[in-house]
Amino acid sequence: MSKQYDAIIIGAGHNGLACAGYLARDNKKVLVLEANNFIGGMAATREFAPGFHASVAHTLPQGQSALISDLSLKKHGFELAAKNLDTTALDGEGNAITFNGKSVKGVDANDQKSYGEYQSLLKKFAKVLKPTWNKRAPRIGGGEIKDMITFAKFGWDVRTLGRDTMREFTRMIFLPAQDMMDEHFDNPLLKAGLSWDYNVGNILAPRSPNNAVLNQLLKLSGDVSGHGGLPLPKGGMGSFVNALANSAKTSGTEIRLNTRVKRVVIENHVAVGVELEDGEIIHAKRIISNADPKTSFLKLLGAANLEIQFTNRINRLRTEGLVAKVHLALNALPNFKGMTKPEGRMILAPSMQYIENAYDQSKYRSYAEDLPMEVVIPTLHDKTLAAEGKHVLSATIQYAPRDVEGGWDKHRDSFMKNVIATLEKFAPGIGDCIEASELLTPADLEQQFNVEGGHWHHGEFAIDSWWMNRPTYGASQSKTPVSGFYLCGAGSHPGGGIMGAAGANAARAIIAEDK
Amino acid sequence: MKKYDAIVIGAGHNGLTSAAYLAKSGLDVLVVEKNDYIGGAAVSREIHEGWLYSNCSYVCSLLRQSIHRDLNLTKHGLMIVPYSGTTNFTRDGNYLAEYGDHAQQYRELCRHSVRDANAMHRFEADLMRYAKLIRHFLMRTPADPTSFKPRDISELIFMGKKFWDMGEDQIYEFTRFLTMSAADFLSEYFENDLIKAFMATSSIIGTALGVYSPGTAYVLLHHVMGDVDGAVGSWGLARGGMGAISDAIAGALKEHGGEIRMNAEVQQILIKDNTTYGVALANGDEIHAPIVVSNLDPKRTFTKIVDKNDIPADLYKKAKNFKIRGSSGKVNIALNGRPDFPSLPEGHMLRNGSFQFLDSLERMEKAYDCWKHGRWSDDPFIEMTQSSVWDPTMAAPGNYFVSCFIQYCPADIEGGWTPEKREAFGETVVDQISQYSPNFRDLIVHKEVRTPFEIEQEVGLTEGNIFQGELTLDQLMFNRPFPGYSQYRGPAKGMYLCGSGSHPGGGVSAACGANSAREILMDLKRPNIVPEDDGDE
Repeated sequence: MSKQYDAIIIGAGHNGLACAGYLARDNKKVLVLEANNFIGGMAATREFAPGFHASVAHTLPQGQSALISDLSLKKHGFELAAKNLDTTALDGEGNAITFNGKSVKGVDANDQKSYGEYQSLLKKFAKVLKPTWNKRAPRIGGGEIKDMITFAKFGWDVRTLGRDTMREFTRMIFLPAQDMMDEHFDNPLLKAGLSWDYNVGNILAPRSPNNAVLNQLLKLSGDVSGHGGLPLPKGGMGSFVNALANSAKTSGTEIRLNTRVKRVVIENHVAVGVELEDGEIIHAKRIISNADPKTSFLKLLGAANLEIQFTNRINRLRTEGLVAKVHLALNALPNFKGMTKPEGRMILAPSMQYIENAYDQSKYRSYAEDLPMEVVIPTLHDKTLAAEGKHVLSATIQYAPRDVEGGWDKHRDSFMKNVIATLEKFAPGIGDCIEASELLTPADLEQQFNVEGGHWHHGEFAIDSWWMNRPTYGASQSKTPVSGFYLCGAGSHPGGGIMGAAGANAARAIIAEDK
Repeated sequence: MKKYDAIVIGAGHNGLTSAAYLAKSGLDVLVVEKNDYIGGAAVSREIHEGWLYSNCSYVCSLLRQSIHRDLNLTKHGLMIVPYSGTTNFTRDGNYLAEYGDHAQQYRELCRHSVRDANAMHRFEADLMRYAKLIRHFLMRTPADPTSFKPRDISELIFMGKKFWDMGEDQIYEFTRFLTMSAADFLSEYFENDLIKAFMATSSIIGTALGVYSPGTAYVLLHHVMGDVDGAVGSWGLARGGMGAISDAIAGALKEHGGEIRMNAEVQQILIKDNTTYGVALANGDEIHAPIVVSNLDPKRTFTKIVDKNDIPADLYKKAKNFKIRGSSGKVNIALNGRPDFPSLPEGHMLRNGSFQFLDSLERMEKAYDCWKHGRWSDDPFIEMTQSSVWDPTMAAPGNYFVSCFIQYCPADIEGGWTPEKREAFGETVVDQISQYSPNFRDLIVHKEVRTPFEIEQEVGLTEGNIFQGELTLDQLMFNRPFPGYSQYRGPAKGMYLCGSGSHPGGGVSAACGANSAREILMDLKRPNIVPEDDGDE
């Protein structure tokens, strides 16, 4: 019998570490178990080629300043390489427009004026949702005062938007990105660039209704560089998770790497510990899973320990990833058409139709030749990621279906060829600068980071799987139907992105239980 | 010149219903119609001598039974004939059929997937639960959630209570269902692609979205929330074609003293000092009334027949942004013999039913992709209804009328619609059917091809959208047609909307017309005579 912990957290992703940090701060004895030999999961900074470093998640739009101060992350080494990246949308023909959370350059006066109105409208909407992210999702029929207050507060915040803004809110929340853009702007490049954030990471494209605006509002909840800012952490996203880990460790948390959990041990319908792959059993009062809901319930807990309808609700979660990541090791800085030098975040998509076309291919388990992508060159701001004079290009590419026809082994080379060919169109000559590259398809993300389906958010982030339906009712308040077993990953409320709120929410739920 | 109490613009089935209730209440009502026939998109027309065409809408389920009874539509000649049995033919010569009988249906599904046959019960129970919830709201005016008026608050409470009555778990389930795609929703029950495709057909009809687009699950519901004589989810045909519905409502209108003037296109709604006082016709005539009700779609109403300066600027913008993209075509065909479908045995009962030609969700989605690029689908989804098999009034013995509904067909096509393109579109449809029915082409006596362009030109539906506005959540309930205008009132005093562009939306339901009449009577402080459905219990 090994020593007793208050909590075991399965998975040292950023949410698991945030959860550990908050629990440890509350004097709980926490053990974090990580299957890989590194912490951070998709937020880890890894050396993808000798001397070149990158992390799957590269920017921190959803970052919560409260988390950073609560866990003293700055003291533990977290800093920004760039406070706020501008976004430049490129069409590959030499046209470019640049925008940030406040203003836009390169468009006509009408669009500039609309942009201001649009941003202030979105910020009003974001403000309504803001209090929901860092609080447990309410239950409708639970009868708890706390939940009723959450509903009442939400209702009040919606109503106090004012009549006209409230009406726009109840309408626009269901609009596809394309309609939002068409209603506000004329410039196709601005529409393409802005619409990107509405859909990226999900099974969505500019024409998809219902879920796009919610995704954008989740992004706007971040406040590390003000709402709507795009901070770039120094040392890649890994520095953020390292700071989380250091914070947790300082408070007494143990982290064990190379330790894969085989199953959660259930005794008398209560989760009491975990069994490792080597057969070792470790006991704890609470078992908290940072893994995605499908892995947590179906693999770690097992359907035998769950009611059949609940199992069905987990089974039906949409977890197919659609985003690929490419890291390029460059020996020189590429030149993008339309820019004097590469800067900030670049979105390579001439129009929303271009993005939609790429999505259409993915529906049939294929991928487009012209791939829309988001490109960041973090080495412009951060010398720690590559040697002097060398650069890292980090590209988020849509759409790459996890279940590509015939499997990714067959398609890796041709997909990479399309990526480079697309990049060549926007940045001629880039191919000659490439020293090495890494392609992470959704299948790779699944396999390397133990995320079912390779989905960024551990499951589609959409109105139907949001708030009290995330991941599903019965498990939306971090607690699960199995006593002693909790969720703290992106698959639980409030959702994905490098945010840490899911981990913090789980920790708060547990701390509240003990009071 | 005679002054009326109310003028209704457009003699569609909703305009006629609104007018009928106003007349029944004792008002002097005039319906003005630009065409030389009434009915709008619920019409029966002898397009080819000897054949009666339901050339727009072609089947009936959403027509509210309470209106049917209340306006005595049976007395005015309306008879709904229930029909069932859709057969879907696949490219490999197989088929999947729908049976009214449960045991038969189960066996049929088992031929394709035993697992799905077992799941069907769960699927039907869930969908029916949602349908029965929605049915409560069809004959009610949506609450304005921004209002503090007692009526709006009590309506919100009514809605809340109906939700609450479903139980906690079902509230979560229903909120999920509302925003999902049909494909995702169906995949929660079924594994077999053919079964999913077959069940998904109702989710895209009339819709400018594909089966994979979030929001299409609701459209699916929109097609099962109707009933035939209380059999929820059933569909029927109006004997004498869909025009029989409009004719019966017009009969009720006339019974109560209402008038209809045809060939009277409205140029403009007359508004002075923010008060409506009548309409100006295209021929220059003015007809005056303190109440003007528009059965035209909201976009047409606010951008074409009112002076932009008479309405608030933001309303004009909302009307411009209103989503009313046409996505459907219609090919109506007169046949001089019965089409043969060799996949079905000779004399099989299913030969009387409707036909579809699908294999998979992917095939349906590809048809949508064509539409996105401004082309009609080269492999279109077709719902082929053999109306005359059930209704002998539509064609002489031995002859047949078939109505083919096609998805997708764009309103805007590269270079604009021309007669040649229209003909080519019709040929695409005939080709598709001929792949499954070798003698089909030879039986054709006449065919009428209607793209969204013709539907807009003839019926007046903007972009040919059959629902008078898309059925997406940003345009449903209190958002329909736009937030702040969901209670049938226009911006000026005395101005109202009564078309499907208002709540509860498209389909031949007559609910929009009835609901608008209820609001008008309320504003006039007259007793309410319009039935308020209260679901099925």
